[in-house]
Amino acid sequence: MDFLNTHLLSLILFIPSLAALVILFLPSEEHKFIRWTAFLASLIPFGLSVYLWIQFNPDLAGYQFEVKYAWYDAIASSLHLGVDGLSLTMVLLTTFLTPLALLASFNISDRVKAYMMLFLFLETGMLGVFLAIDLLAFFIFWEIGLVPMYFLINQWGSANRNYASLKFMIYTMGGSLGLLLGIQLFGVLFQTFDLAEIVAKWNMISPNATFGETTITFATIKTVAFWAFVVAFAIKVPIWPFHTWLPDAHTEAPTAGSMILAGILLKLGAYGFLRLVLPLYPEQAQYFSGALAFLAVAAIVFGALASYGQTDFKRLVAYSSVNHMGFVLLGVAAAARAVGTLDATIALNGAVLQMFNHGLSAAGMFFLVGVIYERTHTRDLSKYGGLFTLIPVYGGILIFTSMSSLGLPGLNGFISEFLVVRGSWPILTVYTAIAMLGLFFTGAYILKAIKNVLHGPLNEHWAQGEHKLTEINTREILVMVPLMALILVIGVYPAWILDVINKAMVMLF
Amino acid sequence: MTTETLLWLIPLPPVLAFFLIVIFTNKNRALSHTIGVGAAALSWLGSMIVFARALGVHELGKTPFQSTFNWFPTGAAWFKVGVLIDPLGAAVLFFVAITIFMIFLYSVGYHNYGQPAGDHDRKGLPPHGATVTDEHGHAHVVPSIEPMYSRFFAFLGLFAFGMYVLVLSDNLLTLFVGWEIMGLCSYLLIGFWYGKPSARDAAVKAFMTTRVGDVFMLLGIAYLYSATGTLSFREIFNNAGFMQALATTATPILGLSAAGLIGLLLFIGTIGKSAQWPLHIWLPDAMEGPTPVSAMIHAATMVSAGVYMVIRMFPLLSLDPRTMTVVAFIGTFTAIFAATIAVAQNDIKRVLAYSTISQLGFMIAALGIGAYVAAAFHLITHAFFKALLFLGSGSVIHGMEHGVLHVQGEHAGSPQHAGSPQHAGSPQPPQQHIDPQDMFNMGGLRKKMPITFWTFLIGGFALSGFPLVTTGFWSKDEILADAWGHGHLAVFITLAVAAFMTAFYTMRQITLTFLGEPRTKEAEHAQETPWTMTVPLMVLAFFAVTYGWVGIPEHFPGLGGLVPNWFHDFVGHTLAHVPEAPAFSWVPLLTSLGVALGGLFFGWLYYRNVKSAKEDVFQIPVLKNKWYFDEAYNFLFIKPAYWFSETFVYKWMDQWLIDGILHSFGKATQGLGAAIRKYIDVIVVNGFGDLVGYGTKDVGQGLRPMQTGRVQQYMLAALLTVIVVGAILTFFLAA
Repeated sequence: MDFLNTHLLSLILFIPSLAALVILFLPSEEHKFIRWTAFLASLIPFGLSVYLWIQFNPDLAGYQFEVKYAWYDAIASSLHLGVDGLSLTMVLLTTFLTPLALLASFNISDRVKAYMMLFLFLETGMLGVFLAIDLLAFFIFWEIGLVPMYFLINQWGSANRNYASLKFMIYTMGGSLGLLLGIQLFGVLFQTFDLAEIVAKWNMISPNATFGETTITFATIKTVAFWAFVVAFAIKVPIWPFHTWLPDAHTEAPTAGSMILAGILLKLGAYGFLRLVLPLYPEQAQYFSGALAFLAVAAIVFGALASYGQTDFKRLVAYSSVNHMGFVLLGVAAAARAVGTLDATIALNGAVLQMFNHGLSAAGMFFLVGVIYERTHTRDLSKYGGLFTLIPVYGGILIFTSMSSLGLPGLNGFISEFLVVRGSWPILTVYTAIAMLGLFFTGAYILKAIKNVLHGPLNEHWAQGEHKLTEINTREILVMVPLMALILVIGVYPAWILDVINKAMVMLF
Repeated sequence: MTTETLLWLIPLPPVLAFFLIVIFTNKNRALSHTIGVGAAALSWLGSMIVFARALGVHELGKTPFQSTFNWFPTGAAWFKVGVLIDPLGAAVLFFVAITIFMIFLYSVGYHNYGQPAGDHDRKGLPPHGATVTDEHGHAHVVPSIEPMYSRFFAFLGLFAFGMYVLVLSDNLLTLFVGWEIMGLCSYLLIGFWYGKPSARDAAVKAFMTTRVGDVFMLLGIAYLYSATGTLSFREIFNNAGFMQALATTATPILGLSAAGLIGLLLFIGTIGKSAQWPLHIWLPDAMEGPTPVSAMIHAATMVSAGVYMVIRMFPLLSLDPRTMTVVAFIGTFTAIFAATIAVAQNDIKRVLAYSTISQLGFMIAALGIGAYVAAAFHLITHAFFKALLFLGSGSVIHGMEHGVLHVQGEHAGSPQHAGSPQHAGSPQPPQQHIDPQDMFNMGGLRKKMPITFWTFLIGGFALSGFPLVTTGFWSKDEILADAWGHGHLAVFITLAVAAFMTAFYTMRQITLTFLGEPRTKEAEHAQETPWTMTVPLMVLAFFAVTYGWVGIPEHFPGLGGLVPNWFHDFVGHTLAHVPEAPAFSWVPLLTSLGVALGGLFFGWLYYRNVKSAKEDVFQIPVLKNKWYFDEAYNFLFIKPAYWFSETFVYKWMDQWLIDGILHSFGKATQGLGAAIRKYIDVIVVNGFGDLVGYGTKDVGQGLRPMQTGRVQQYMLAALLTVIVVGAILTFFLAA
């Protein structure tokens, strides 16, 4: 137990990769064995995360379960891991969704070994971002996560996968160049990459001080670096107008890829805002909070409208992510403007919970789109119609999950959206009011999807013969049940998770 | 069990029933409806116990039943939610519990429990009837059971849960939770027969129209929460400091105070939910749902919820007279506006739908002029008689459908209607001969369906405000008395005219449906409905008569003082300052007598002779088409919204502009790469490299012929070299 407690984070981080290496030595044609190995192996980090959640003390400030391994000693970078209430929530989300995504991938029969290995490597990459508190390690994990996702889209995606995977890869990498430069700047200035140290030292620098031999003031440098960070994370979130890679990547990715992409990868960007942008650039964030709020509201409104304008089911769901993640940034913008107030705390609580909630509902929605796509081989909304009659269980699950996405009170999405709206209202009143337009159209696109897929006269094409639609199967239901359970539990009793988030937000900001 | 515990338990049975039916028992109809009705009965029982205990508490307004718990943390504090029963809550809980229970029971009969499955019924479409053969070998077409029978009770359970949550909430946030759950359920239930495009569209329309109000309401809630730090009704209303601050803080919008703006935002939620003009458009279309749903939505629950919420928030709304003026205007206008449309409708349920909109307008108007108790009173009496009327109309339709099927059965000889094999699995329902909801196809039903007739008559008279013996008279009279007594002459006159029209179209409905002789063969064969449907009618009819007597004004000539004005006294104590009942005046009393009796009389006088829709002079196109609001909204909002989403935001902004910029970056990079290759790589870099490479190669190739491998040639070459080199050296050195 002692070993477990001292190495908990490293175990959570590296067990997926170890499992991937084990799978490498399994015979390629043993599909079933490989699938089960991957799935069961991914349950271990989940179990450990639950244990971590229980052991975690939300009342303590700072990081817990810290471990530090020597790494690039020459440039004073180490593999330094630690969790606080913010990263803990995200770690739980990641380790919770990965097994479900693997279970959802059991129908993959093409190069199963490579697929499962990539997925497990991906998990390590994502967890690394949430766990690392050394900026160089953070950046490396940030970039590592891209590679498996690139291949998952590129190799297992649908028709337009080359375009989509390239766009995803280039855009995200290009965006993070500024982030890399900024991180190097810290390394040069402070001879360390340790996040806590950097935050303390960086904020001590007077804005009028000049950089080295030059006449450039730190006020300027900070502003430029702020925007470099913002752009890197905004592309990942994605925030309007950096969002157009997302519908393509989502639409072309395999089902489980979309689940992880929407469920976790987008959270990396939002996490970057909370972990780096707000602590490192409080003045800049406050100064530019109006601009951030504008981008957030644009994402909320235009995301919802674009979603409403879709005829492709998966694209519609993809755009809904833009809409929902906009609320996260709105909360961040509000907190940036009025840092330290109760309103800011409420807005941040909402933002973090919204990240978690969107992870659940978006993963569920993408999976459900995948279920119907696998059977019908079409994503065109006009090709469905009246399917509720044929597949009532699927229909019920789809309505439930869409209602979470819609923000129906009683389910999880409402709590987080309400908290963001409540927190932002006194700080960014006009923006919040305009965001309501997006909330309205959220209803419109969700109902449009249900209307076209489930309701209306039955499209006889799917009723009989070789195209006869089959009901959602047990494995698929098992993917959805944990998601739906959490959606309901958070909606009814959010305190268990909000308490951790709330305390972290109070102590962090 | 303490009353507080009981309050927490009341909403649970219906929601448990929902989950049980959906997950486990949906294949078993009897078990499902037993669970559903049983759950409604349990909640009803709990509510009655709470109500009885509430009556026994002295000054319940000051010491209500309440209990709270921590819902989620906000910074250092917790947001608390809880249950609350104060006098208003108790009065509302009473009627909600009864009507919900009756509606559950009624649904068993309405969905043809005990009847055979249809010949070619399909989930998502209404049942079309089943062919049975009696012992004499004659084929009859009889009503068939609803294919989604269990699901209906599940949805109804969730709906009931939403309403109980709303009524029991001690704060705006959980009230909103119940509010939205009902929104979802009304969506699911209006679109219950989702296979019908009209039902599907009506469901979406209902959800989206009410959502317009909901997003404003959400802002109002956020605003109120920010301003006071709590959403609990009692914590806000009983805190003079909060109220003072809300009333005096100015906002930049329309010169309203904070209280006024919050009140207005919340009121927009009510406009959506209670179908007030200009968001009234969804409610008539909601008639696409099964009739018990109409009763649920239009009487017991959803539309009442909107009015209930503003009555709840009255102390806040009344802080700003400008907001109150808006409320009064919207209510009064809606009351008369909807009444004009109701006169020209022929569908029995649509008439009731518009009358609901109109009656809700009465309540809103009453609230707007400060008549708190009158608004609450009319809310409750209306719930009883409108639930009665809807269930009655459902009974009529059911009876008519029976007639339709019977007429069909007479043609059973022709294979088309006998459920012949070529029809099995076909989605096309057999052609129905007539519309069983069109009142001009009815007539004379009083003899065929006596219980339905008498109860409907009671409900109709209550709606019209027939004096003394109906609840509607007392509550409507109180609204008119308040309008008169407080000097709102415009409101008084408008409402009086609307009341006249109400009585007129109600009598039109009764006359066309029940009086005279059957106008169609189907109406001749209509049949009384089973006890599960008629018992709820009788129970509701009882309340539609008696409930009014608990609110007889003290100074009413003759009757006043015989029974105490319990309602005013009880509900009035919800507020910190019990409102004064208006002084008695003959003007409103005579007006209300005149309009009710006059409307009923003229309605009967005219329509007893009208044989078909063509003879009806009130079939005015603008009224029949509901003042063209649907068309206008479609043109002004829906089409532009769709164009803006699909074309502007998606095609132009995302695909053309943003992706265009990205692609142009991509192209520019590619172009730059190509240029570098063409002008630098190929010419300079490759040129130099080629020079070195090819140069060496050429030299080597040039030298190759020398490598012949023949020693003689090498010797010769060596000799030649020695000679030449020697000669050169000699030449230079010697010189």
